[in-house]
Amino acid sequence: MTGSDIDFRLIYLAIPLSCLAGAILAGLLGWKIGRVGAHSVTILGVAIAFALSAFVVLPDVLAGNVFNGPVYTWGVSGGIPLEVGFQIDPLSALMMTVVTFVSLMVHVYTIGYMHDDPGYQRFFSYIALFTFSMLMLVMSNNFLQLFFGWEAVGLMSYLLIGFWFTRPTATFAQLKAFLVNRVGDFGFLLGIAAIYMTFGTLDYGAVFAIAPQAAAKTIQVFPGADWNLLTLICILLFVGAMGKSAQVPLHVWLPDSMEGPTPISALIHAATMVTAGIFMVARMSPLYELSETALSVVLVIGALTAFLMALVGIVQNDIKRVVAYSTLSQLGYMTVALGASAYSVGIFHLMTHAFFKALMFLAAGSVIIALHHEQDMQKMGGLRRRMPVTFLTAWVGSLALAGIPPFAGFFSKDMIIEAVRESHLPGSGLAYVAVLSTVFVTAFYTFRLLFLTFYGKPRMDEHTYKHVKESPWVVTVPLVLLAVPSFAAGFMTIDPLIFGGYFADSIKVLPAHDVIREIGEHYQGVAPFIAHGLQSAPFLLAVAGFGLAWFMYIRYPFLPGQIREKAGAIYTLLLRKYFVDEFNQFVFAGGARALGGLLWKIGDVKLIDGLAVNGTARVIGWMSAIVRRVQSGYVYHYAFAMILGLFLLITFFLHR
Amino acid sequence: MLAEHVLSLAIFLPIMGGVAVLATGGDRNADYARQLSLAVAVLTFLATLPLYTGFNAGVHEMQFVEDYAWIDAFRVRYRIGIDGISLLLILLTSFSTVLVVISAWKVIDKKIAQYHAAFLVMEGLMIGVFSALDGILFYVFWEAMLVPMFLIIGLWGGPNRVYATIKFFLYTFLGSVLMLVAMIYLYFKAGSFDILAWHGLKLGLGAQKLIFLAFLAAFAVKVPMWPVHTWLPDAHVEAPTGGSVILAAIMLKMGAYGFLRFSLPVLPDASHDLAWLMIALSLIAVVYIGLVALVQEDMKKLIAYSSIAHMGFVTLGFFIFNAQGIEGGIAQMISHGFVSGALFLCVGVMYDRLHSRMIKDYGGVANRMPIFASFMMLFAMANAGLPGTSGFVGEFLVILGSFQVNVWYAFAAATTLVFGAAYTLWMYKRVLFGEIGNDHVAELTDATPREIVFLTLLAVAVLVMGLWPYPFLDVLHASVEHLLQQANVSKL
Repeated sequence: MTGSDIDFRLIYLAIPLSCLAGAILAGLLGWKIGRVGAHSVTILGVAIAFALSAFVVLPDVLAGNVFNGPVYTWGVSGGIPLEVGFQIDPLSALMMTVVTFVSLMVHVYTIGYMHDDPGYQRFFSYIALFTFSMLMLVMSNNFLQLFFGWEAVGLMSYLLIGFWFTRPTATFAQLKAFLVNRVGDFGFLLGIAAIYMTFGTLDYGAVFAIAPQAAAKTIQVFPGADWNLLTLICILLFVGAMGKSAQVPLHVWLPDSMEGPTPISALIHAATMVTAGIFMVARMSPLYELSETALSVVLVIGALTAFLMALVGIVQNDIKRVVAYSTLSQLGYMTVALGASAYSVGIFHLMTHAFFKALMFLAAGSVIIALHHEQDMQKMGGLRRRMPVTFLTAWVGSLALAGIPPFAGFFSKDMIIEAVRESHLPGSGLAYVAVLSTVFVTAFYTFRLLFLTFYGKPRMDEHTYKHVKESPWVVTVPLVLLAVPSFAAGFMTIDPLIFGGYFADSIKVLPAHDVIREIGEHYQGVAPFIAHGLQSAPFLLAVAGFGLAWFMYIRYPFLPGQIREKAGAIYTLLLRKYFVDEFNQFVFAGGARALGGLLWKIGDVKLIDGLAVNGTARVIGWMSAIVRRVQSGYVYHYAFAMILGLFLLITFFLHR
Repeated sequence: MLAEHVLSLAIFLPIMGGVAVLATGGDRNADYARQLSLAVAVLTFLATLPLYTGFNAGVHEMQFVEDYAWIDAFRVRYRIGIDGISLLLILLTSFSTVLVVISAWKVIDKKIAQYHAAFLVMEGLMIGVFSALDGILFYVFWEAMLVPMFLIIGLWGGPNRVYATIKFFLYTFLGSVLMLVAMIYLYFKAGSFDILAWHGLKLGLGAQKLIFLAFLAAFAVKVPMWPVHTWLPDAHVEAPTGGSVILAAIMLKMGAYGFLRFSLPVLPDASHDLAWLMIALSLIAVVYIGLVALVQEDMKKLIAYSSIAHMGFVTLGFFIFNAQGIEGGIAQMISHGFVSGALFLCVGVMYDRLHSRMIKDYGGVANRMPIFASFMMLFAMANAGLPGTSGFVGEFLVILGSFQVNVWYAFAAATTLVFGAAYTLWMYKRVLFGEIGNDHVAELTDATPREIVFLTLLAVAVLVMGLWPYPFLDVLHASVEHLLQQANVSKL
């Protein structure tokens, strides 16, 4: 081991621990160090983490240095060590940089957004702790720690959605989020158990190394039905990803999570935690590559999510909910990329989306505070002159989200669509149609949001409108800093990231699935890519979506109302989000309570206690009441009994 | 001299201490009683520490063994010693007793000396159960332990305490009698009450099965396993806080410990033969009881049901016969000691202020008791098995272990991820979150320094075990490996 090796291990440790230290200080000593103290220590911690990730670890990884080693042994069971350790390679280094960058922006923004909140210190402690959890998740070199980070970000999300714990809607949403995530984790944990059974270790490297030999193993789940073990593992793990990355049908928690303060929506429910599932599947590419069935499942679920959730986005009026449904749809895109074996493209979209979606959320938040916590777009409008910085950055975010070249979203989204077209898996045809039509829907809801918020006549009351002013610098500076990569991250990074082999060995694709190579054969650089993009179907669809939004919300603003009346059934279906919430509430939540009540009142109280326990007591009481009569106290009764007994005994012995 | 009798010291120090506390007399000397009890509890805890530091984790043989003649006519001996399994449970016992003494400081205001004495005597008896290596000695400790608990519920309990105590006593006593019969049978077969000799005793399958069922009657009631669990919610509801803590943290572990000390090594063939039954009952406990816990309206009942579900994990782990299962089960026992103890103490903290255990009488407590709410959130999450807390360790290992045996065992067990979170956090939400529920809640004051002390001790335990279970698991390996060997070699 060389000297520089040791230094780097300390750096790796310092990245999550600086966030943790900030969280502990702000959390336990918040009352002492005050508001300024709390945000200073946490921002310092995250800033250190970002600086080390972006300027030390990332260049080092680019120079070809990777690291994989334990930090400490968590425990040993059955002779197999379970460790906490780091794997630093291109994939994790990129994730660390994105996570810490967005987190840093959100920290600064929070100073402005939460300015008047009594829970200021608690909030900073939570978001720093969240950053720590997310870093532990992406830096992990084993499944145990992955699960730690996995559940820890779930916990932080729970705490932050319910940050305003006196609001019934918030505490409902937080519980729902945690439980739905737990359903996903249920599959995830079983997947980990299956890995442990198959490979006898939880270490990524060891598992990936022997995975090809396990490709043909089967397991009998139902009698007579042999399932491919790796397929089972991959699907179980993906159930976890469906929870965290909010894929249909486990998506229900994400829109409700908007009950949390807006900075959280940006950090957790757009840029980081929800990407954990995407990251996980990319990390597990050596396993997923071995199971085409699992890849097909991933592909179809992603496509359904992308399309169905985008549709819901067009009827929502709460500005944050529109962005939330957009997040769901974009997560679907990423999942589609994974299913098509274009893992690097999935991560690419994860990165560009992290920038422009954080930007969209923070811009929405800026509007919300300017209007004193009004979130209904029907009470907005005409804000463009009053809030120029928010307005312009929101334009950048919208263009990126709608996939207009040369903004960042264009590159990643176009690559996903190309990748699906090249894919030969079952379901790829459906997925292609879905992602293509979603482009149109995306552009429509994006510009609907933009137009309703910033254009047209102001629809709030006059007093509010008069007092609308641009947000303070702690809010606008993060907006601008996020707008830069939302614009530039696409054309700056597509060459190295996708076609330059940045990910190297951290992502594994079998030659038969290698859609990127096929696309790469036609790829001649950024400018031709844009030129080609301008003539392709996705661009035309995006423009059409933009046009329709303009037509309906600027040119003829009375149209939406008329359409709503004409298409009542479809409108209701979308507005009620396909009635999934009602279904879950009735069948699962209600069903579990009803069953629990039944088991308790009938099983425990009536049968076990009533019949068996107290029943026994009653029977004994009843029997002793009878037996008691024998003890009458009269000598002749006893004498008679003795004679009878004697007679019986003699009979018995004589006839034996 | 002392070094040879560390274990006996741990048993008799609290018993003698308890008698001394009793000697302080009536409630006029309450302060002496409290201070003396705390001193005895802390000293006992310190006295159990050398058991850990002096423990050789590399060997499976019993350590700190003491062996003296007791009743020569029946070859009954005073024979004690510990392996890694008993070691952890003894430490848990001495740790929990300290907490109970602190928690009772201001709350118990009548018959103070008697209350503390009961707990101290019980502590010694419980340590005795975990270290006895002679059948009769085990039985004596096992039964004697019931008496102080009976008194604690019966004297300091709630309004329905008589029904609860009688139910508790009859249930446990009935089971124990059958255990005694089994022990006497083993005595005639082996010629002694030496438990370790029983481990090597050859037995036919029929005999093994009968003995197994006799032991099962005793252990299943104590754990408790479905369907002999209904005494526990009643006992918990009526017991004072300290009684609930010891009941949940230690007394439930006796049954599980019995499986490891008797059923598996003495009756390996019956254990394997009847494993299906044990696994079925365990999984029913996890799923059925998990659902029942969901609809409870009384916080103590809810935690009691949650305890039964968590103990289902323990018995499941034991009867899948692999290292992950057994070590996971033991880890679950220790963690459950911390977490359920902590939750009962939390309910106690609120009960002392509002005199209600009903969920509906609360709401928005976090507004008035933020520090307390933070602690309780940690314990609630630990109860839901969140990684990083002790609650995760056992559940994780047992699920890993059971998947290797049968996918469906793991599937059913893993439902606790959802149920456990649902009933715990739903209760938390209704009690602590929301607007202030009523005028009584509005008058609540946050945790006092005394309460913060015991909550902090438990929080540290929960976190240390969750983040670094290594020192807990490390002392188990040799003992568990040996146990597995015994359990997997046929005696036929």
